[in-house]
Amino acid sequence: MTTTVVILITSLGVAGLYFLVSSGLSLIFGLMDVLNLAHGAFFGVGGYVAWTTMEYFPVPSLVLRFIIAVLAAALVGFLGGVLIEKIMIARNYGDHLAQILVTLGLAFALQGLFAGLFTHFPRQLKQPEWFRDVVSIAGAEIPNSILLIIGGALIVLVALLWFLNSTPFGLVIRAGVENRQMVRALGIRVERTFTVVFGIGALVAAIGGALGSVFYNGITPSLGQSQLIFAFIVVIIGGLGSVAGTAVAAVLVAFIQQLVNFYLSTGLGDIAVVALLAAVLLIRPQGLFGRTA
Amino acid sequence: MNTSIIADTSRPSPTLKPRSLLKGQRPSPAILIGASAFALFAVFPILNVTVPILLPGPLSSPASLLIIAVGLVYAGLAISYDVVFGYTGLLSAGHAMVFAISMYGTNIVMGQGFNYWIAAGLAVLLSTGVAAGLGALSLRVKGLAFTMVTLAFAEALFILLLTDSFDISGGDEGLPLVFKQVPGLLANARDARWLYWLALLFAVFAYVLALIAIRSRAGRVWQAIRENESRVESLGMVPYGYKLMAFVFSGFLAAIGGSVFLLVVRGANPSSASVQFSLALIVMVVIGGKGRLWGAAIGGLLYVIITYRLPELSTSGVLDGLPTGVANVLAEPFFILGLFFVLIVLFAPKGLVGVVDAVAARQRRGRKTRSRQADDIRRNPTLTAEEEKA
Repeated sequence: MTTTVVILITSLGVAGLYFLVSSGLSLIFGLMDVLNLAHGAFFGVGGYVAWTTMEYFPVPSLVLRFIIAVLAAALVGFLGGVLIEKIMIARNYGDHLAQILVTLGLAFALQGLFAGLFTHFPRQLKQPEWFRDVVSIAGAEIPNSILLIIGGALIVLVALLWFLNSTPFGLVIRAGVENRQMVRALGIRVERTFTVVFGIGALVAAIGGALGSVFYNGITPSLGQSQLIFAFIVVIIGGLGSVAGTAVAAVLVAFIQQLVNFYLSTGLGDIAVVALLAAVLLIRPQGLFGRTA
Repeated sequence: MNTSIIADTSRPSPTLKPRSLLKGQRPSPAILIGASAFALFAVFPILNVTVPILLPGPLSSPASLLIIAVGLVYAGLAISYDVVFGYTGLLSAGHAMVFAISMYGTNIVMGQGFNYWIAAGLAVLLSTGVAAGLGALSLRVKGLAFTMVTLAFAEALFILLLTDSFDISGGDEGLPLVFKQVPGLLANARDARWLYWLALLFAVFAYVLALIAIRSRAGRVWQAIRENESRVESLGMVPYGYKLMAFVFSGFLAAIGGSVFLLVVRGANPSSASVQFSLALIVMVVIGGKGRLWGAAIGGLLYVIITYRLPELSTSGVLDGLPTGVANVLAEPFFILGLFFVLIVLFAPKGLVGVVDAVAARQRRGRKTRSRQADDIRRNPTLTAEEEKA
């Protein structure tokens, strides 16, 4: 019983990380038709910014420093995303392949950059003692860090939903995901929302990196890239451009993966997830929450 | 986007202008360059020449030969990938999967006591079958969803090999080569010549076969699908079948590459099944020039040289004056490749081949203008006199 509770809550933590990586990906993909292969690199950016902040930022309280680290990761992620969209993506409108290829090159380059600056070995984050403490939930001892990740992901989910549903900007984004041509025909410059969405996607992924380097007990140059694959799966299962769909799919994928990995055999969980993806694609190619094309 | 149904009208059709060495015509420069490149590569093992930065020792040394052999296998692989990506327009992320299944398959069958050639034959057959299955399934969805499905399947295989759930793949250690089933000449690493020639043979085989394929009727349809799929459909053809054909054909070439690569790197390694490797193939093809076979080949060779030799830069003293962080970053192959790749995509979308083509075209145009001027002078001398005055 207690192991089951631990696994369920850990799965929720993994789901939180998957959501953080895939929600931005889903928005970018849904709005711009760009398969952002560099999205995992933004995860890495977040992780390394958080690591650097924890290592060098002169604030004695580790808790405060961690809050600053997450904010710094978010900020750098957002600025990086906006910059990359402006410099590399924006000049290739109308050529989706070139846009995707640019992000592929970027993924390679950033991974190399991380390796050059921080070595290929994991960099462990300094963290507040509180993270390692455990709380007792239904008899199971859960590390606080997992609760932190679940909480972080929930906050981001609520913030994203609020942004998309209650702000004028979100309205344009939602409309753009639904029908880009129509929005353009109404005289709204969708291109500007592209930049913002790219920045927000990078921001959320970077927060994921900061929290993920706590969860995975360190950040490596390729950690983001390996998260990306499951993020793709989550995006397809959830349906493109749907934040709520992404959240549901993240939970579904994380639970199947973790439960099968634990109760059957390590590695089979990942295979089960791919099988789920294949099934969803064959039965409902637009994803669980996708619009019917 | 070019909407012409037959792509590449710029190049002469082979049926209009037979490129034959036997009919007493002047062979085309392309054939001459190709033949001399092949001859040059073929004699590398007997050349005792040092290539300073690019290679670790003299050309004939086993270390250098093995690096070029890896490069040649990658060149062949990149050619095979170009068929599906560059010519048919399918951004597949599952190419490494087929390659790795053949690599592991050959080794596992050899472990059962079969000799190398039989094992390779069986493994190629199996992996081509897997390619057919993967293609049949993933081609049901179009565009980026196709990329994602292939990506997901490739990742599943990678994880399967890495975690070794069925106890046959050796986990992250991989499987060492089963030496006793390999023919003596190919098993001897100190005499790397034969391995090298095998790799060269594979690259040339891949090139020739791919060339025949893309010039066939089906090959024309592939290129038409790349340019405008719905138009192909409206002409009454079924793109699905043709796309599957391209996918299986390129998988077949990749599978042969897998069985050769097993010998060259002396074992099957899970990293060759990784999505990272499929993405690396995209990098090779785009850097060289997608939609051009020899461009892909050059991309493959370049990729290997950079990944194998760049880390040496950090110890060679070239980067000594720089701060450590900068030097470390510059010695990272992925950083240089990624940056180079981004620049190519942004500023030279046709790759290195495109750059070469552009330069050649400019020269040809220059020559043509000059000869036209010469004609004008012959026909109308007064004109030049006037021109001289002007």
